[in-house]
Formats: sequence, C-alpha cells, structure tokens
Amino acid sequence: MTTVPASVQMHKPKSKWTPGQIILVAIIFVFVLTCVLPFLNVIAISFSSKSAILRGDVSFWPVEFETKAYDIIFSDKTMIDCLFYTIKLTIIYTALAMVLTILMAYPLTKKRLKGRKFFNLLALFTMYFSGGTIPIYLNVRDFGMLDTMWSLIIPGLLSTYNMIIMKSFFSSLPNELEEAATIDGANDFQILLQVYLPLSLASIATLTLFYAVGKWNSFADAKYYIQTKALQPLQLRLYNIIKGSTAVDVTAIEGNANSNAQNVSESIESATIIFATLPILVVYPFVQRYFVSGVTIGAVKG
Amino acid sequence: MTTATKPRRKTGWLKRDWRLYLMLLIPVVWYLLFCYKPMAGVVIAFQKYSMVKGMWGSKFVGWKNFEFVMKQRDFLPALQNTLYLNLLGLIVGFPVPVVLAIMLNEIRSRGVKRVSQTLLYLPHFLSWIIIGGMMLKIFAPTTGVVNATLLRWGWIDQNIPFLTDGVAWQWTYTLIGVWQNMGWGTILYLSAITGINMELFEAAKIDGANKLQQIWHVTLPGIRSTIVVLLILNIGQMMNISFDRPYILGNTLVQDYCDVLSTYVYRTGITNAKFDRATAIGLFQSVVGFIMITAANFVTKRLGEDGIW
Repeated sequence: MTTVPASVQMHKPKSKWTPGQIILVAIIFVFVLTCVLPFLNVIAISFSSKSAILRGDVSFWPVEFETKAYDIIFSDKTMIDCLFYTIKLTIIYTALAMVLTILMAYPLTKKRLKGRKFFNLLALFTMYFSGGTIPIYLNVRDFGMLDTMWSLIIPGLLSTYNMIIMKSFFSSLPNELEEAATIDGANDFQILLQVYLPLSLASIATLTLFYAVGKWNSFADAKYYIQTKALQPLQLRLYNIIKGSTAVDVTAIEGNANSNAQNVSESIESATIIFATLPILVVYPFVQRYFVSGVTIGAVKG
Repeated sequence: MTTATKPRRKTGWLKRDWRLYLMLLIPVVWYLLFCYKPMAGVVIAFQKYSMVKGMWGSKFVGWKNFEFVMKQRDFLPALQNTLYLNLLGLIVGFPVPVVLAIMLNEIRSRGVKRVSQTLLYLPHFLSWIIIGGMMLKIFAPTTGVVNATLLRWGWIDQNIPFLTDGVAWQWTYTLIGVWQNMGWGTILYLSAITGINMELFEAAKIDGANKLQQIWHVTLPGIRSTIVVLLILNIGQMMNISFDRPYILGNTLVQDYCDVLSTYVYRTGITNAKFDRATAIGLFQSVVGFIMITAANFVTKRLGEDGIW
C-alpha cells in the first residue's frame, strides 16, 4: 500500500464511507438510474422480437434477441445518406457560426471602438424580442431559402448567448497583449488571429460544441422549412418514423418499401432512436467538461 | 504606418479601427437581415396579408387579426396550456436541481460524484425528438415498460393513461421536463456552492452544527442569490414554450391539453398559411414575453445581482 502523507490524512478523519455517505450515494444512484434505464429499455426493445415487445415482456434486456431492426436501418441507403447529410449540415453550420461569433465578439471587447454601445445593444435586443415564427418563416421564404439546406444554416447562424460567452473570454485576456502586438506593427486582424485565438482555444472548443450539439438536435426549423425528403435532417426523419408509424403505413415512411418493416416497426423505431443518439453518446464523455465551463462563464455574463 | 500613437484627427478613429468595423460587417448585416427584418415583418399582424402583394402592399386592417384570433375557440386554451404547463414545470421542477446540487456536493468520493454528474447531464444533450421517442415507448399502454411492469407486479389493474388522458399527460409532460433538466440545472448551483467561503463551514462545525444544520445555515444562504435570480428569470420566461417538446409528446387524444402557443402558431401559420393571424398571435406572445423578461431583469438588478443578460 502506498503511504498517505500525514497532512492529507488529517483532513480525512473518518473513512469515506460513513452510513450517511452510503445513504446519500444510494439516493443519487436512484436519480442516476432514471437517466440510464430509459436507454437500456429502448436498446432492449430494438433487439427484441415483435411478439416479445407486444406481450410487454421487454424491460431492460432483449427478449428473443434479433438484429432485424438494425439490418433494415443499415440496409436503407436513405438512412445512411441522412446521417451523413446531417453531419455535413452540422459541420458547415458550426464553422460559419463560429466565424460570425468571433467576428462579432472581438471588436465589441475594444473599449476604444466608437459605436460599441450601439452594436452591443443591436445584439442584446434580439435576446429580448424576436419577430416570431411566422415573420422569420416569411423572411426565409423571401430569401428563396425554403426547402434548401441553407434554411437550416443561415437563419440561426449566430447565437447572441454564445457571442456573449465568447466576448467575456476575450475580455478576460490582458490588454497588454494587444498593446505589445500593436507596437510590433500587427494590425487588428493579425492580433485576433495570432494572439487572441491561440489563447482562446478552450473557449472556442466549448462554443463549437454548443453550436454543433444545438444543430444536431434541432428539429423545429427543419419541420418548418423542409419538404424534400433528401433534405430532411436526422431529427425530422426520426420524428416521421416515430409519429408516422402509429398512424400511417410504416413501409411508406421507410422509403425503400421493405416487406419486413411492418412486422418490426416497434423495434425499428427504437433502433432509429439509438441510431440518432449514438453520435452524441460517442462524443459526449469527451466534451462534457467543456459544456460545464461554458455554462458557468455564460452565466457570469459578458 | 499610421498607428494609435499619431495625434488624432477627427476621422482618426475610423483610420485606426476600420479593420474592427470590417470584422463587424458580416455579423451586423446578418443581425439586420435575419433578426431585425423579421421584426419589421410583424406589420403583417395588422394587415390582410396577401402572398402576391407582400408586406409592403397588403391592406392595413388595424386590430382585426387580433380580434379574430381572440374569438377563435382554440386560442385561449393554447394560451392557458402554455402558462399552466410552464407554471407546473417551474413549481415541480425548480427545487429539484437545488436539492440535487446540495447532495452532489456532499458526496465525498470524487469518482462517484463525477460518474453521477456525467450520467445526470446526459438527457440535456439529447434532442426532444429522441427523448420524446423514448418516452412514448416507455409510457405506452400495455407494451410500455412502466405499465407492463406495474401490471405484472399487480400494482395496477389497468393501464395508467400517461399519454392519453389529459391531466395525466400534463404530469407526464412536466415530469419528463423535470427529469431532462434536473442534472444540467445543478451546474450553476454547484459552482455557487464552490464559491462559499470554507471557513463558514469550519466555523459551523466548531459550533457543533451537524451536516443538515450546515446545509441549512451555510450552504443554502450561500446560494440564495443564485436561487432568487434563476427563479425570477424563469418566471420571466413563462410565455415562452418550445415547439419540439409539446409537439412530439402531444397526440390527438389530449389535443385540448397539449396545444400550446408554439404549436398553435405553427398550425395556423405554416400548416394553414394564415400568416397574418399567426403573426398576430406571435406578436402578442413576443410583446408580453418582452415585458415579463424585462421586468424580471429589472427586479434581479434591483436585488443587487447582475442580470444574466
């Protein structure tokens, strides 16, 4: 056993696991369980046979294990296309959104900038008041973006909330950086690119993730603006499968009419849910801590 | 090169900072075209909007659209549902993250704490479509795991109509929301707790306070301002309701309970193309929401806290 320094030991008079701690952890465990069990249930359904599902036998373990649902999803080319299309959409959106966010945030941190208050207000006011769903919809239509990929990218390109987070990151860097670079003859673009951005990588990562997850999960804009099936992102596709199958013929929604589809609709829905969740679950453990820091900074306010 | 060191002339600031303005150009144009132009678009709430004539040529009709909407059979229910569901969510949901944050903070094992947090935050990262899809499965009658298990155990004789009975639906909707936000909501409280002076805890311990007394007399007062600010800001959001959540969880059986302003605007405006009337509803919602949020911010500022924005 490794020896623990005396000073550390002094702060831990008792063992970690007092009865109080055990009760506390047990209570937390119940909360945690409510976050895990729904996934286990849906995963179990996705691997179970139709008869087992209809009997209500499936809880947290597959019954009469089969992978038919996944076979159908992965053999459905439109589903794979949809996945890659959504990835593409998310990447384009996130890249553009980050550029705009930085371009807006950086100048607004310069106290010498004339009209800074005005530009600040221009951005802030949009957090309090918006034209509303329909004027925004008509605006998208006027720009001819309805039923194009751009309707999912351009209208929501900048989040003022994220811009404020970026601004407060920039403000937290010392002014001397800029002064020194100016003396060296650097202009504002060079200062931003070569001095500020390299120092803000953590915050840029945070905001990139905010934007990317937001886009990946967004549904309403696609529901409003998109008709063409090939342009539907994953969430809308998922919605149509979930809601469609209860009322409409499943085969019509699956795209490639598969005779099996009707028989495994319950598990297909579940498998599609898992399919849409998986990308988030894969990156989630790595990015979680960035989100946490972003939220705290965002609340401290710019 | 001209730099800031030169004596300034009247236009010196432009010469010095034109690159900064150039940076602002694209985002500011974006704000104007995609935030402010739609704001101007609310004029169609006062018009008999014609697709052909557009917002500049359509006939002005004053408050007619508003009067028409108020008389609609489903407007008031949508407004009431919006307020009721938000209020229920606030009353039931607001205390949960506070309690959870205090409990998480008391966990001594770092590993247990970190794993718990990771799993508790998870629902926040999933779309409402994914969550809704899962919940529709889990709470389904007969085949859903909740009803099936309770039936098998003999706790109930017939299905609980989680999603098909109006009142039950309101609670299902609310509790799912509480569940989705409970972990994520702890973040601000946890960071507020970290900010409490450790000496206060030490002092309380020396005075013989037990754990619960420490929480009551040190932790809670320490995060009181955070609680108050978040509460007021949440109240300010009462008129806002997302589209995704009621839309995915709702169904025709509970139409009178799940129809809220966002879904009503969607149905009126986009499905039925009554743009002018739907805009009127949206404008009503925006204006009331604006007043409430501004008031909330004003109150938090008066309390000596920073408004969040």
